[in-house]
Amino acid sequence: MITDVEPIITARFDQPDAHTIDGYERTGGYQALRQVLASWSPARVAEEIKDASLLGRGGAGFPAGVKWGFCPPGVWPRYLVVNGDESEPGTYKDRLLLERDPHQLIEGVLIASYAVGAAQAFIYIRGEMALAQERMAQALNDAYARGYIGKNILGSAFSIDVVMAWGAGAYIVGEETALIESLEGNRGMPRLKPPFFPAAKGLYMQPTIVNNVETLSNVPWIVRHGAAKFTALGAEASKGTRVFAVSGHVNKPGVYEVEFGVTTFRDIIMDPAYAGGIRDGNQLKCFIPGGASAPWFFEEHLDLPLEKGTVDRAGSMLGSGAIVVMDHTTDAVKACMAVVRFFAHESCGKCTPCREGTTWLERILRRILDGYGRPSDLDLLMDVADNISPGIAWPPKQTTICPLGPSAVSPLSSALGRFRGEFEAYIARAEAARAEQPVVLAGAHAHAHDHGHDHDHDHDHGGHH
Amino acid sequence: MARLTPENEILAREIIGRYPRPKSALIPLLHLAQEQDGYVTDDAMAHIAELVGVTSAEVLGTCSFYEMFKLHPCGRYVINVCTNIACMLCGGDELLHHAEETLGITAGATTPDGLFTIEAVECIAACTEAPALQVNYRYRYKVDNDAFDSLVDDLRAGRLNDEIPPHGTLARVRQHIPDDKRAFIVSPEEAAAAGEPAWMHAHETPSVEGGA
Repeated sequence: MITDVEPIITARFDQPDAHTIDGYERTGGYQALRQVLASWSPARVAEEIKDASLLGRGGAGFPAGVKWGFCPPGVWPRYLVVNGDESEPGTYKDRLLLERDPHQLIEGVLIASYAVGAAQAFIYIRGEMALAQERMAQALNDAYARGYIGKNILGSAFSIDVVMAWGAGAYIVGEETALIESLEGNRGMPRLKPPFFPAAKGLYMQPTIVNNVETLSNVPWIVRHGAAKFTALGAEASKGTRVFAVSGHVNKPGVYEVEFGVTTFRDIIMDPAYAGGIRDGNQLKCFIPGGASAPWFFEEHLDLPLEKGTVDRAGSMLGSGAIVVMDHTTDAVKACMAVVRFFAHESCGKCTPCREGTTWLERILRRILDGYGRPSDLDLLMDVADNISPGIAWPPKQTTICPLGPSAVSPLSSALGRFRGEFEAYIARAEAARAEQPVVLAGAHAHAHDHGHDHDHDHDHGGHH
Repeated sequence: MARLTPENEILAREIIGRYPRPKSALIPLLHLAQEQDGYVTDDAMAHIAELVGVTSAEVLGTCSFYEMFKLHPCGRYVINVCTNIACMLCGGDELLHHAEETLGITAGATTPDGLFTIEAVECIAACTEAPALQVNYRYRYKVDNDAFDSLVDDLRAGRLNDEIPPHGTLARVRQHIPDDKRAFIVSPEEAAAAGEPAWMHAHETPSVEGGA
């Protein structure tokens, strides 16, 4: 169902000066902070956000207000960390929020820090996002100058420093414990949970709240309008609005803020108000509903609402709000490779099943695509996948510290489960070619190719493995 | 050679001062070194190690994990062509191929004149604008072959110098926290000694001070 709701967090996207402090103040900016500091206790802020059922917008979808409550009482200092390391393939919303409305995020950070009692807050922005960093640095400088950040903010007892940190190219740092490692100046490798749940033992082993950019960008609106108005939007567990990026083979790829929980995949992919249908009048083949880590959906899933619980039960996830659409001309094996290769490339190397497993998945897929596939390869792929994510089920089990490895299994099981014939066709062609060639030559070719030019290995794997 | 310049050392100390522990400044400091020299030199890493109070090996350990840090000279313009799923579906691989043909190098290599490096990269968060690329982390959207060619021409001719600084420079605005505005950046131990933040019971009862 398409509903005509006012945008919450993209409301200023059409305002050219929304990224400036004047543009932000002119449109109600920092009013929520004033309201909180004038009359709300920290506990009341936390209660309001909990009542709003604001689900985390980073991928896991955990309620932010509940997360804030996980800090052990009486343990100080606490830290607040904003996860702006957006890198999940297909995901494209936090960057826009950082570039176009940085003060909205800063205001959310300040209110959240007030609520949890943070000693300091960090906004960690992905390294590759130069403009977002530039806009945020300027916004922070301006907010300090006007007394919104720093000592005794707006004359209150609330004091905090907000510091911009930025990464240097590593998808894994989007995982919250890896982000904390990175913020401590280390290699961005995830920590084992338990015991290192950030709310209990995070940055510098202190209680730390890690929230996504989009999540915190909702906070000023919720404070100003009240949790009840927020929960009036959406359905079931999914309240408010959500920003989805729809990309791939659609007529109008774009970033759309829609009512959460009620808008369907068909609405957002097909409706002229949104992505406007499949390009060139083509047929839909499949789509990724929530970022590269999500199992793929097909025609029969189009009428599902964009609602967390519903999508979870249907065997995938809304994840980071990234919908990637593929039409019938798409080569499923190549598409699968593009996603599996990503996880192989981004594996941090800490856990053997992920480091070795994703690498082998990529190599086996590579030889299938290059015409050297073997009939046993499809079982081998699933066997390797099973070692990373036992049972290849949803939600995934994992033999690894973080979910990166199992994420590589999602596209594989989706593609192989639905389009096995395409994989078999590649292998059949390889078999036919082998039948025409002396075995020795074929082996020599395969060997030569393993060490030959390969675009997918342009990066220094040594740095990651 | 290639330690941080005196000006950059001042900046480095300011950056270190923004974190509760000095080592947290490592990634921003490595970016500063790369901004200075176009890549991260051994001497810069040694200098950073001194400033932060860790070993050079620890600095290298962090540096080598992150792809954006180059340990060898690269082109003045690093062109990152996205080949991940959304761009791949819309011609990213073909764009990469064209880039390689046009510049006469394969991905990962630098042109002999030191002007261009091409990289095939994973998702750069511009999925609705596919195929997309970045030049020194500045976006170009929906790039077709002609657009790529004119981009290269413009870069060669210096027509984009205002918009695209040499490789190594990210944000051209730096965060600066004036001393008189600074709230409470101290080590976790000092913060622990200070205990509960002053505002935690603000507005809890009608008679509480708080607010103003």
